[in-house]
Amino acid sequence: MKKLKKLVSIVVASAMVLAMAGCGASDAGNTAGGDTFKIGGIGPTTGAAAIYGMAVQNAAQLAVEEINAAGGVNGYQLELNFQDDEHDAEKSVNAYNNLKDWGAQIILGSVTSAPCIAVVEKTKEDNMFQITPSGTAVECVQYDNAFRVCFSDPTQGVIAAQYIKEKALGTKIAIIYDSSDTYSTGIYEAFAGEAANQSLEIVSTEAFTADSNKDFSVQLQKAKDAGADLVFLPIYYSESALILSQAAQMAYAPTFFSVDGMDGILSVDNFDASLAEGSIFLSPFTSTVNAKAETFSAAYEAKFGEIPNQFAADSYDAVYIIKQALEAKNATPDMTVSDLCEALKSAMVEINFSGTTGDSITWSADGEPTKAPIAIKIVNGEYTVL
Amino acid sequence: MEKKNKLQFSKTFKSNCITYGIVIVAFLIVQILLSAGLVSNLLKGLLVPLCSYAILAVSLNLTVGILGELSLGHAGFMCVGAFTSAFFSKCFMDTLPTLVRFPLAILVGAVCAGFFGLLIGIPVLRLKGDYLAIVTLAFGEIIKNIINILFIGKDSKGFHFSTTSAIDLNLEEDGQVLIKGAQGITGTPNDSSFIIGIVLLLITLFVVLNLIHSRAGRAIMAIRDNTIAAESVGINITKYKLMAFSISAALAGVAGVLYAHNLSTLIALPKNFGYNQSIMILVFVVLGGIGNIRGSVIAAVVLTLLPELLRGLNDYRMLIYAVVLIAMMLFNWAPKCIEWREKMLHKIKKNKKTTKEAE
Repeated sequence: MKKLKKLVSIVVASAMVLAMAGCGASDAGNTAGGDTFKIGGIGPTTGAAAIYGMAVQNAAQLAVEEINAAGGVNGYQLELNFQDDEHDAEKSVNAYNNLKDWGAQIILGSVTSAPCIAVVEKTKEDNMFQITPSGTAVECVQYDNAFRVCFSDPTQGVIAAQYIKEKALGTKIAIIYDSSDTYSTGIYEAFAGEAANQSLEIVSTEAFTADSNKDFSVQLQKAKDAGADLVFLPIYYSESALILSQAAQMAYAPTFFSVDGMDGILSVDNFDASLAEGSIFLSPFTSTVNAKAETFSAAYEAKFGEIPNQFAADSYDAVYIIKQALEAKNATPDMTVSDLCEALKSAMVEINFSGTTGDSITWSADGEPTKAPIAIKIVNGEYTVL
Repeated sequence: MEKKNKLQFSKTFKSNCITYGIVIVAFLIVQILLSAGLVSNLLKGLLVPLCSYAILAVSLNLTVGILGELSLGHAGFMCVGAFTSAFFSKCFMDTLPTLVRFPLAILVGAVCAGFFGLLIGIPVLRLKGDYLAIVTLAFGEIIKNIINILFIGKDSKGFHFSTTSAIDLNLEEDGQVLIKGAQGITGTPNDSSFIIGIVLLLITLFVVLNLIHSRAGRAIMAIRDNTIAAESVGINITKYKLMAFSISAALAGVAGVLYAHNLSTLIALPKNFGYNQSIMILVFVVLGGIGNIRGSVIAAVVLTLLPELLRGLNDYRMLIYAVVLIAMMLFNWAPKCIEWREKMLHKIKKNKKTTKEAE
């Protein structure tokens, strides 16, 4: 027993010492001008949102390794340090401060919206360049030093409404959204606003929350009673899958229209993929969208053993966007963080980027990307680009 | 004569001085290191959260340690303080200077959280033990869920409320949505600073320590030790219970204010205002020692720092953190460990004595 206690205290002590040593080591790295570009990644690699954080981390790692193997950027290597934020704004700021100690010059993140808003406040103070692969809230890029790869929530909602009108997919629209989720409410509000402009008729709007996301029969019944021929689902695929199967049970077969959250529905466990047949969603990425996406998907699958989702694709592109922006300004790692930020800021509005999430993407100074949305229809159990 | 005066200081006074002393010395050391530029960015960013967690731990200790009731909804009060004060700051961001606004925000947060503590306390404090714990747990969740559906906007006609969506607020063109339901409050001014945090922590300690050693505090502890006996000597149980509970809630609200004004986004997630957080605060209290105010501060600081200092271990970080928690809990509370510690202490003392004698 005594020995055990000694062992425990030794383990604890060594853990503390190790941690301290880790900090000490990273402090030392701070002062060096360095001969590598240091990219700091922030995202949830533990906790409920870990699936997104891991995807971003893996894809960023893959991109950095590819770039380094091909000779780096302007002859310099890239270095990635990815820190966990547990999908918590406070922890995200801690992660950012930790990366600053490490000597990060460019921030890739945060992956989720709320932490990203907290971090952008700090990067603004330090004038550090930040690009978020998947922070969709408007405020994520409210400062001029921040850019994003994905569409913002309102943009998705507006594009969805325009697309439905343009292709005449439905006349009576029902909406089911998650009122406890920022992503879902953001898209819903923009969609409802734009639907009025496009003179689309919304016949029912029903919400659910994260605590009641298993039974959708009430919401579906209301949509059915209102005679909706198109149901708009600005939600994630796991709930979409439940809605599709419950609609099938009550013999209700409208067109289901969703946004990028639906990507991945075909690989949901215990979901009859034939139910999703004919559903349409807007997404920035599927593995078959272009040649680059196909190569990336193959490389990602070979390395990590799973099909990349849109978070991975956004992250992979983000690293290549950084590369292109750095090359456009002939930036070198010995520039100060602030100078590097200024250079990248001016580069971002000039570059024309083609990657896995779209061709010839451009950015405006407000940080929003301009790219064509890709509509995907599920045909014969596969994602087909329309 | 002088010596006699010194001896007159009571034991509690000395103990209190040590508690304040620890905080002040820690503050001075950090300030010196800061001015010498020896503090890493990570630690700099952690200074304000450390203060707010220490305040939370001290305030919960008032309920758990002094009043003797298990509360699992402490994060709910923190949430009330955070949201009301952030809302206040957003409303008066352009009209009041920071120097006036932030103290008012602290007051608003504390009063609102204290009011909720009173409101919840009236029905809830009739319960005891496990039942009370469960009801406070439910309360914390209710607060979080209400805030997640609450929309408040402001335009020239005044405030608009809704529980469905921002569109239903029917704001005018120039209207501003202040609380956006699940998206919470964004753009709260970053008014918190380490100095304010330390001052608030000292005030919290002052309030709690003075309460404990006052007439009211002795009444509260009498209720904890034996309710029936306390009642029989004429102590108003409801009054003192409510007093301790609402003061504890108000102080948690202060911590919430500090938290809200340290980050520019405020969202009620299970992570920061859910029961996970309540349990986390309870862990600070239990580990620091139930009823031990100084211990709460130290435990809160150590346990908040630990996962951040362990970042060097990457993927094993949270695993090691959990193991350390278990090890610390065993070391502090297992009877065998206490026995072993006492034996070791005794041995050391004995060694000292023998060396002294040898000299």
